Amino acid sequence: MKSTDRSSADHPFERVSEVSSTDGFDLSRWLEEHVLVPARILAEDRKTIIGASILTVYVLMGTVGVLLVPEPTTDGPRLQAPFQSLEYPLGTDAMGHDLLAMIVHATPQMLQMILAGAVFATAVATAVGTVAGYKGGLVDDVLTLIMDVMLTIPGLPLIIVLAATIEPSNPLVIGVLLTINTWAGLARTIRAEVLSLRNDNYVEASRLMGTPTWRIIAEDIVPNIMPYVLINFMMAGRSVIFSAVGLYFLGLLPFTALNWGVILDMASSNGALSSTSTIHWVIVPTVVIIALSYGLIMLSQGMDRLFNPRVRARKRD
Amino acid sequence: MTNWLTKRLVKAALTVWGVVTLTFALSHLMPGGPAQHIQAQLVSREGGSIDPERLNQLMERYTNVQPDKPVWQQYIDYVTAVLQGDLGESIIRNEPVVDIIADALPWTIFVMGLSLILTFVIGITLGAVMAYYEGTRFDFLSSTIGTVLNSTPFYLLGLLLLFVFAYQVNLLPTGGNMNPRTEPGLNYPFIRGVLIHATLPVLSMVLTEAGGWALSMRGNSISILGEEYLRVARLRGLSDRRIAFTYIGRNAILPLYTNFMIAIGFVIGGSVILEQVFTYEGIGYYMVDAVQANDHPLVMGTFLVLTLAVVFGLLFADLTYGKLDPRIAAGGESDEEY
Repeated sequence: MKSTDRSSADHPFERVSEVSSTDGFDLSRWLEEHVLVPARILAEDRKTIIGASILTVYVLMGTVGVLLVPEPTTDGPRLQAPFQSLEYPLGTDAMGHDLLAMIVHATPQMLQMILAGAVFATAVATAVGTVAGYKGGLVDDVLTLIMDVMLTIPGLPLIIVLAATIEPSNPLVIGVLLTINTWAGLARTIRAEVLSLRNDNYVEASRLMGTPTWRIIAEDIVPNIMPYVLINFMMAGRSVIFSAVGLYFLGLLPFTALNWGVILDMASSNGALSSTSTIHWVIVPTVVIIALSYGLIMLSQGMDRLFNPRVRARKRD
Repeated sequence: MTNWLTKRLVKAALTVWGVVTLTFALSHLMPGGPAQHIQAQLVSREGGSIDPERLNQLMERYTNVQPDKPVWQQYIDYVTAVLQGDLGESIIRNEPVVDIIADALPWTIFVMGLSLILTFVIGITLGAVMAYYEGTRFDFLSSTIGTVLNSTPFYLLGLLLLFVFAYQVNLLPTGGNMNPRTEPGLNYPFIRGVLIHATLPVLSMVLTEAGGWALSMRGNSISILGEEYLRVARLRGLSDRRIAFTYIGRNAILPLYTNFMIAIGFVIGGSVILEQVFTYEGIGYYMVDAVQANDHPLVMGTFLVLTLAVVFGLLFADLTYGKLDPRIAAGGESDEEY
């Protein structure tokens, strides 16, 4: 609003809106604001490119790759080293399975787990964190207490105890189970952020106008914490990888499908650690796991730059 | 101050109660759950014809619960027993769960506590140095290495370290807690053995975690370097040392508090996988063993004690944190900001 504009200041009721297209939805403008500008910023950022490319490779592997690469069989030579033949580019294990095929065919299930876990953790965290921070009072006290208690229970042992009792086999259920208390830490951060937002002018204005609470939260608060939410979406995905692989590696999750952790379990229990001629059996899945998790971290750092103009400006100078 | 302290203590007590209730619910309310499983195990061990009264006695010995009593009575019996330090008896080891845990707990606390402290000290120091040399090649290189290490699950680094230092170079042991030929006590061979056996587990934890700490510390320090009060401090002619420690250090470390709380839970919980990789006989090692053998009293006991370790770790962190940030000890709302 131009408060210095004399003519409109003199005749406040005769002022004509300067924006002509208030009622019509301006598609090109919306595209420019919400798609093109962020895309341009993202495309300029090296970290985002690295992260997005890595993630794309895994998604392709889990979708197209599964169709292209035949399922692992025990036909191959035993314990062939990687990069020796085109037929078994990543080598084979002690049973003659092609490692590349095993890695590829474990991907879809892994991606489902990551997605389910990350969606669950961020959704619960955002809901609990915003309501606690915005509502305050007793609601806040109760929710904060729940968050603190969840934060206190050590995650992995809790997951192990639950997994041993429920014995889940659906990757989506496993994903949710693995983030059963990951959300609490994020919810706490979001709550702190909302606490500082709730007294901002525009939120107060909405409140005075009698806007219902859920709309204030959805329209005024949530867009402001989206950066945190998206960054932590990536981090929750990373923690799903860590715990899923770890639990499959220890044989604590039911062995229903191939998993990178299962490959590691077979490798280490068959003595792959003891010799240089077998160590590729451990190294191949390890590199695959680290690369995916590196991609997620890169993407989250890139996101930080997208949403945080200050970080961007710093890099410009 | 007392108000704040009471709140913290109530929170800790509530957590313990919650977890005890959870273990009870999982063991005894799940249809076809562990309790029935234990019954089946006992029946097959005692031979097919076990008299129901004897079965009840055995169930009580192992799980502190008599299945023929009403649920509320079972719950009260269970909570009372746990509060008295009776966690039942292990099925595969035929030993009270408390005894097994008492042997294992010091090892877990030693190796995980050492990891936590080293991670914290190294991460914070490195992060501060990186912030100081921001934009240089050193900063870029250590940021990259830090991110890659932070993308590595600690147990995978552990496997690779085992391969290199234990199997290839034969420099360090492949597993165990101590040298079996030494006499536990304050003597050099024993202590040396303990440290040698702890090296790889601690190393795999510290190397993978310190990078993340360094990166957050770097970020916090850099954002503080641009603050007004720092310029004022410089204009006042305060010494660099004082600025570095009291102005930058303190204010950059404070926001890491939540991370530290999460780290305590993560480190203690992580012992479950780490100890299995290095066959380090701490609580986590016994927990995995118990899960694989369906030894539910031992599973629940180890879970309960791991939680207690985190509860007390956090309580200790909270109490000492007040020294670092006077606003918290004052009991104001300001601690909620972090």
